[in-house]
This record gives sequence, structure tokens and C-alpha cells, in this order.
Amino acid sequence: MIEVKNLIKSFDENEIVKNVSTTFVKGKTNLIIGQSGSGKTVLLKCLLGLYAPDSGEIIYDGVSNKMMNDSNKTLLRREMGMVFQGSALFDSMTVLENVQFPLTMLTEKGDDEIRQRAEIAIQRVELEKDYKKLPSELSGGMQKRVAIARAIVMNPKYLFCDEPNSGLDPKTAIIIDKLIQEITKEFNITTIINSHDMNSVMEIGEKILFLVNGEKNWEGTNKEIFKTDNQSISDFVYSSELLKKVKKYL
Amino acid sequence: MFYLSDIGKYFIMIRMSFFKPSKWKILRKLIFKEINDLIIESIPIVSILSFFIGAVISIQTALNLSSPFLSKSLIGFATRQSVILEFAPTFMSIIMAGKVGSFITSSIGTMRVTEQIDALEVMGINPLNYLVFPKIIALLFYPFVITIAMFVAIFGGFLAMTFAGVSGEAFITGIQMDFEPYHIVYAYIKTFLFAIILATVPSFHGFYMKGGALEVGKASTLSFVWTSIIIIVVNFITTQLLLS
Repeated sequence: MIEVKNLIKSFDENEIVKNVSTTFVKGKTNLIIGQSGSGKTVLLKCLLGLYAPDSGEIIYDGVSNKMMNDSNKTLLRREMGMVFQGSALFDSMTVLENVQFPLTMLTEKGDDEIRQRAEIAIQRVELEKDYKKLPSELSGGMQKRVAIARAIVMNPKYLFCDEPNSGLDPKTAIIIDKLIQEITKEFNITTIINSHDMNSVMEIGEKILFLVNGEKNWEGTNKEIFKTDNQSISDFVYSSELLKKVKKYL
Repeated sequence: MFYLSDIGKYFIMIRMSFFKPSKWKILRKLIFKEINDLIIESIPIVSILSFFIGAVISIQTALNLSSPFLSKSLIGFATRQSVILEFAPTFMSIIMAGKVGSFITSSIGTMRVTEQIDALEVMGINPLNYLVFPKIIALLFYPFVITIAMFVAIFGGFLAMTFAGVSGEAFITGIQMDFEPYHIVYAYIKTFLFAIILATVPSFHGFYMKGGALEVGKASTLSFVWTSIIIIVVNFITTQLLLS
């Protein structure tokens, strides 16, 4: 579980994240949604420890970021997995080498054990036939699967995903969303997904935080989103004409 | 791009590349890969360029030594001095700023654009140690490339003169004439400094670049421009300090 208390982050004079407080629940897929420029990515990078908050606190399973020194932060990073928007796979490495990479770099395990663990992660994302392929030989959806395998290979406590289904067709996007949700349940991890994809919201939004101009505007579940009378979230969710028509029948 | 804050950032980058080292097993592999990419793969182009430039230096010197009172051995002497003092260390380094420098900037820049550097940071790996440190170590072998350039350029000059009808013996006498070993020391001190510049300035431009694919190209160009300028300025300073 990750608790955020009164988090503020500014760049120069611009306050990007404005006094956000929330809780990201363990074993559930937590979504941060909002329009482009609403502060989703900055909030995610604060949670990842890539940006230091100006004020406020982030508590990772009871341990506050304020109590952590540099070595604690490094250890915390090793408990985090991240799936980047563009997958961020290492071009010169094969699928297997990409997945093995965190284990090789950060653990003292032997080559056989590293390979075994990487193979388990690759099998989990159903890419066992593509071990030896380079990222350039894979489709967008397959690259995302490799990125997920790399993110979970260290058995992380926290999984962060930045727009995991951007650039994917709707069917593949749902498969990736479902895979992330299954892994979250299976490994009982705290998963935080940064998204503005409405399919993801509806499919896997077990806990949703909606940001408007860096402020928390609404939070709830995908079921509650249908019943809310919050105009901002309704406008965001039912932004297309098609969805507005669908809403009439709900 | 090189404003005062950037100069500070550049030196911090170099310092940070020695911190939080990756495992030696991994670093060793990366260093060997960089030696192959930056040193071994540069040898063919360096050899070809050196051969022909050495030949041109000797032909042009011969053209200017038309007086019958001047010994033909001066051609060998002038070729040796030009090659050892300036051509091999300095001008070969500027050429290498184009080859090696652009490669370093574009490879690191592409990793920045495609979030691979962010991925390293999220994993708790020091990206500067992982990406820049092996390049610095690999380019410590750069004097080896310059040594090849020196030999091949003088050999190019020798062959050009042989074909032009100048006796090989006179050329070799010229090469040996008034040999000052300190000039070799001076050339290698410069080469060492240029090696550090070749490894770090392009890395800086790649690592701190912002934007997309187009900016990778721009960063490579900028990196070449700044690496060349810095090499020329450092060349002037070292020459002033060591030879004046």
C-alpha cells in the first residue's frame, strides 16, 4: 500500500501537483486518470522517487519517504517495477537478456538461477517462443509483455505503469490491462497505472484517482464512476458522442 | 549549450560516472564492447585517412622544397614533425569527434528518447556509470589508434616519395633527423586529453538531450561542433604550456 499525504510538486513557479492526498491499495489496480497536463506523470514520478516532492509525504507500506536516506531509497527502487509508455526495452538485448537484466545487475544470483527466474517471468506473459528475439522484431503488444516480464522479474512490491496500452489496438490493450490485473492479484502487489484510456478505466479501475490541473477532483471505483454526479469526471469519461449515447442506456 | 551551468553539469556528470559502480562482471563486458565499437572499429578509417594525408603532406613539402640547395631528407623530417606534432593527435581527434563522438551522442541520446535511461534509474542503477564510465575507460586505449595513425601517415609519405622518385634512404634519414623524444611525450599528453574529451563531451550531449528523434540528430551535430572546438582550444593550451 502507498499512502500519499498533501503532496506538492512544482517546477519553477508552476505548481504541477497540488496538495494531493490518496491511498493506493495493495492487490488492486489503482488508476491515475486525467487529461494531458493534469499532473499524472509528475505524480507517478514522485511515487517512483524520480522527483523529490516539494512538500508532503509518501508512505510505502508504513515507511515514509522522509525517513529514507539514499541507500534506503535505492533499496526501495529495487522493490519497484516499471512499465514505460514506450516499453523502454534495451535495443541491443534479446527478450531473455532484457528480462534477465535487473537480476544480473542487482542480485548476486548465479547465471542458472537468473535464467530460470527470467524464463518463469517470460512464460507468465506467454512469450516463451520469443526468447531470442530482439525488441525490434516484436510487435507493440509483445514489447509491452516483455516490459511487464522485466518489471515483475524482481518480485516487486509495487508495479508502476505509464500509459501501458498507448499505441496498441483496443483488443491488445485489453489483453495487456487484464494481464496487469492478473499479475497484481497473483503477486499481491500495489499496482499504479497512469492512463487516460477509458477502456482501462472501465475494465480494471478498481481504485481510480482523477486529477484536474494537478488537484484531486474525484476518487472511487469503476462502478462508482457510473453513479457519480461529479460533472468533471462525467465530462472526462463521457467525452465522446458514442459514450454519451451509451450513458443514456446505463 | 555550453553555458556556465552546463560546464558545472558536465563536471558533475564525469564525477557521477565513477560513483555507484555496476558489478565488475558487467562493467568488464561493457568496457570490451566499447573498446570494440570505439577503438577497434575506428582503425580502418584512421588507417586510410592517415595513409593519404601522410602522402599529401610529403608531396606538398616536396613541392615547396624546389631549391637544389635543400636536402631531400627535409621532406621526411617535415612529414614526421607534421604528423607527430599536429596531424595524428589533433586532426585525427577532430575526425574521430565526427565518427566516435556522433556514435556516442546518438546511442545515448536514443536511449534517453526511448526512456531506456529512465528505466535504468528506476531500477536503481547509476546510468552514468553504466553508460559513460565504460566509454571513458575504452578511450584510454585511444593513444593506440593515434600510434597507428602516426606510423601509417609516415609510411604513406614514404610511399608517395618513393613513387615520386625521391630516394627512400633520404626520406628515412629525414625521419631520423633531429629527433626529439619529448615531442612524442607532448603528442601523447595531448592524445590522452583528447581521449577524455572524446568520451565525455558527446556523452554529455547525449545524456542531457531533450526531445525526440529529430533532437538526437541535432544533439549529434552540436556534440561534434563542441568536441572539435574544445579539442582545438585544449590543443592551443597544451602547446602553449608544453612547447612554448
